[in-house]
Amino acid sequence: MWTQFLALVWRDILSEFRAREVVVGMAVMALLTLLIFNFAFDLSGAQRVASGSGAFWVAVVFATLLGLGRSASLDRQEGAWDGVLLSPVERPVVFLAKLSSMLVFVVLVELVALVVMALLFDLPVFRPGVLLVLALGTLGLCTLGTLFSVMTAQARAREVLLPALLFPLAIPVVIGAVRAMVLELSGFGADAGPWKSLLAGFAMLFLALSVATFGVVTEE
Amino acid sequence: MTMRTGVDWLTLLGVAAFALVALSVAMIFLYAPADATQGDVQRLFYLHLPPAWLAYLSFFIIFVSSIAYLLRGSPHWDRLARSAAELGFIFTTLVLLTGSIWGRPIWGTWWTWDARLTTTLILWFIYLGYFLLRAYVADPERGARYAAVLGIVGFVDIPIIHMSVRWWRTLHPEPIVVRSEGPAMPPEMLVTMLVTLVAFFALYAFLLVVKYRIETARDEVLALRAAADSSV
Amino acid sequence: MTAWEAAESTTEPVLEVTSLTKRYGWRTALGGVSFRLWAGECLLILGPNGSGKTTLVRLLVGLARPSSGTIVWFGREVAPVPLEVRQRLGVVMHRTMLDPELTVFENLSYYARLYRIPDATERIQTVTSWLGIEERLRERVRQLSRGFQQRVALARAVLHRPSVLLLDEPDTGLDRASRARVLDLLRAHRERGGAVLMTTHALDFALEAATRALYLERGRIVYEASNQESLRMLAATASNTVPV
Repeated sequence: MWTQFLALVWRDILSEFRAREVVVGMAVMALLTLLIFNFAFDLSGAQRVASGSGAFWVAVVFATLLGLGRSASLDRQEGAWDGVLLSPVERPVVFLAKLSSMLVFVVLVELVALVVMALLFDLPVFRPGVLLVLALGTLGLCTLGTLFSVMTAQARAREVLLPALLFPLAIPVVIGAVRAMVLELSGFGADAGPWKSLLAGFAMLFLALSVATFGVVTEE
Repeated sequence: MTMRTGVDWLTLLGVAAFALVALSVAMIFLYAPADATQGDVQRLFYLHLPPAWLAYLSFFIIFVSSIAYLLRGSPHWDRLARSAAELGFIFTTLVLLTGSIWGRPIWGTWWTWDARLTTTLILWFIYLGYFLLRAYVADPERGARYAAVLGIVGFVDIPIIHMSVRWWRTLHPEPIVVRSEGPAMPPEMLVTMLVTLVAFFALYAFLLVVKYRIETARDEVLALRAAADSSV
Repeated sequence: MTAWEAAESTTEPVLEVTSLTKRYGWRTALGGVSFRLWAGECLLILGPNGSGKTTLVRLLVGLARPSSGTIVWFGREVAPVPLEVRQRLGVVMHRTMLDPELTVFENLSYYARLYRIPDATERIQTVTSWLGIEERLRERVRQLSRGFQQRVALARAVLHRPSVLLLDEPDTGLDRASRARVLDLLRAHRERGGAVLMTTHALDFALEAATRALYLERGRIVYEASNQESLRMLAATASNTVPV
C-alpha cells in the first residue's frame, strides 16, 4: 500500500517536474493576483497586514483552483487516470496520493508567494505560527478541492463548476486562515488559537469524509 | 395509476395547506398587533422565519436522502433529494428577499453581513452549486451520486460556515441590530407565528410530495424513452 | 488467492455476464447482454461504431457501473470490481493510459509498483522484448509514434501476468510485424490457460486470434459465431467484402 502510494505521488511529481504545466501556471496566477491586489488595495500602508493576508489567500485559492483543474485534465488526456483506477489500489490510497501531490504543488507556490509578500510588503511572514496556519489552511482547501476536482473532471463547463462547488464550502478556510494570519503577523499569535483549531478541525473532518466517499466518486 | 374513489390524502393536504396559508396571511395583517418599535414592518418577520427553517430543513432532507442513496442506491432517495433541493432553493431565496426588505427600514441597509444572513447566502450558493453539478454531469446516474456526495459534505459544512462567519463578525464593528422577538412577545404575535409556521410546514409537505411525484414521472419518461431507444 | 485458483480449476467460466445493461440517461449504450468467457479462448466482440463495445469493456473492468445485470468474475459476483480481480485483469483501452512525460521504463515500473510486481525490472525486460520495444525503454512516451505507444500500452497490460486480457482495439496504429508479435503474445497467453476478450475493426487480425465472436448492434448481441467457418462468414458480412 505504501509502495503504491509512493508510486502514485512519484509519478505526479516527476511528470510535473518534466512538463511544468501545473506549478508554473499556478505560481504565475498567484503572483499576478498579488500584483493586481497591490493596485486594487493599498498594500503598503498601515492596513497592509490585513489586506496583505487577504490578498495572499485569494491568490492561494485561485492558484489552487487552477492547479486542480489543470492536473485533473492532464490526468485524463492519455487515460492515466483510468490506469490508476484499473490497478489494484484501494480508493482511499488513490485519494491520499492525489491530495499529497496537490499539496506539494500548492506549498511550492505558497512559498514563492510568501517570499514576494516578505519583499514587497515588508511583512515578517516566515514565522512558525504563520507557517502552521498556512499548513492547516492548505490542507483543508486541497482536501475539498481534490474531491471536487475528481467530480468535475469530466463534466461540461468544468471551469465554472469547480469554483461553484469549492468556493462556498471553503469559506471557513478562507475566513479562518486570513484571520489567523492577520493575528500572527501583527504579533497577537496567542489569540489565533481558536482559528487554528477551526482550520485543523475542518481539515480533519473533510479528510475523513473525502476518504469515505471517494470510492463513490471514481466510478463512471 | 388506478383511480380511487373519494378524495385522496394529497388533495386534502393541499387544501389544508392553502387554507392555513390564507388564515396565516389574514392573521398577520388583521390579528397580530403592530410592533411597538418597528411598526408594521415587523409583520415581515412572520414570512421570514418559516422559510428560514424550511431552507435548512430541506438541506437536512438532502443530507439524509444522500446518505441513504449512497448506501442503498435506490432512485427513490435521489428523487427525494432532488425535490427537497428545489424547494430548499426557493425558500432560501425567499429568506434572503424578506430579510433584505426587512433590513432596509430597520437597519437602514438592504444587506448586512450578519452571521445568520451570511450563512444563508452561502447556503444559497451551495444550492446553486448542487444544481450546476447535476446539470453539467452528462450521465444522470453519475450526477446523482456526485450530488449525494455534495449533499453530505455541504450539510456537514453548514454549521462550520456559520461558526466561522459568527467569529469573523465579532471581530468587526457590528451594526446595532434591533431584535423584536424578545422573550416578551405579545401572545397575539406568538399565536400568529405558530399558525404561520404550521401553514408553511403544511405547504412544504404538500409541495414536497407533488415535486416527488413529478420527479418520479420524469424518471418514468426517461425509462420509457430508454426502452424505446433500445428497442428500435 | 487459493480460493480464486480453485474456482478457476473447476468447469466454471472465467467470466459470466447476465443481462448487462448500461444507460446514460435515456440513451441505452448496452441493452441486456449475456455471455460467458472460458479459459483458453479468445472472444472477439465485433460491431459498428457506437454498438456498445467500449461500454462493455468499461463495465467489465469496473470503470463504469452497470444500470442493471450482473458480472461474475472467477465465479464471484462483483460490483464494484475488487482488488483481487483487478490484479488478474490486463486491460488495453483506446487511450494508452501512459504518462507522456515519463520514459517507457518509468511508465512500466510505475505500473509495476501499482500492481506490486516483485521482479519488476526483469519482467519489464521480458515483456518489452516480446513486443519489440526493448530498445526504446529510455525514450519518453511523448516522443514515440502511435504504434510504439500502443505496444507500450500492451506491455503495460501484460506486465503483471494477468489471467484475462481485455483489449479494446489493441491493433490501433500497429504495422504488420507488430501485429504478428501481438498475435504470438495472445496465442501464448491462451496456451497458458489465459482468456482474451477483444474488440477490433481489423478483421484479418481478429480472425487469426479469435476462437469465438459476438456481434453487437445497438447494444445487443445479434449474432454469435463459435467456429472458424461461422467466424469467416460473420467477418464477411460485417465488412461487406470477400472473406479473408
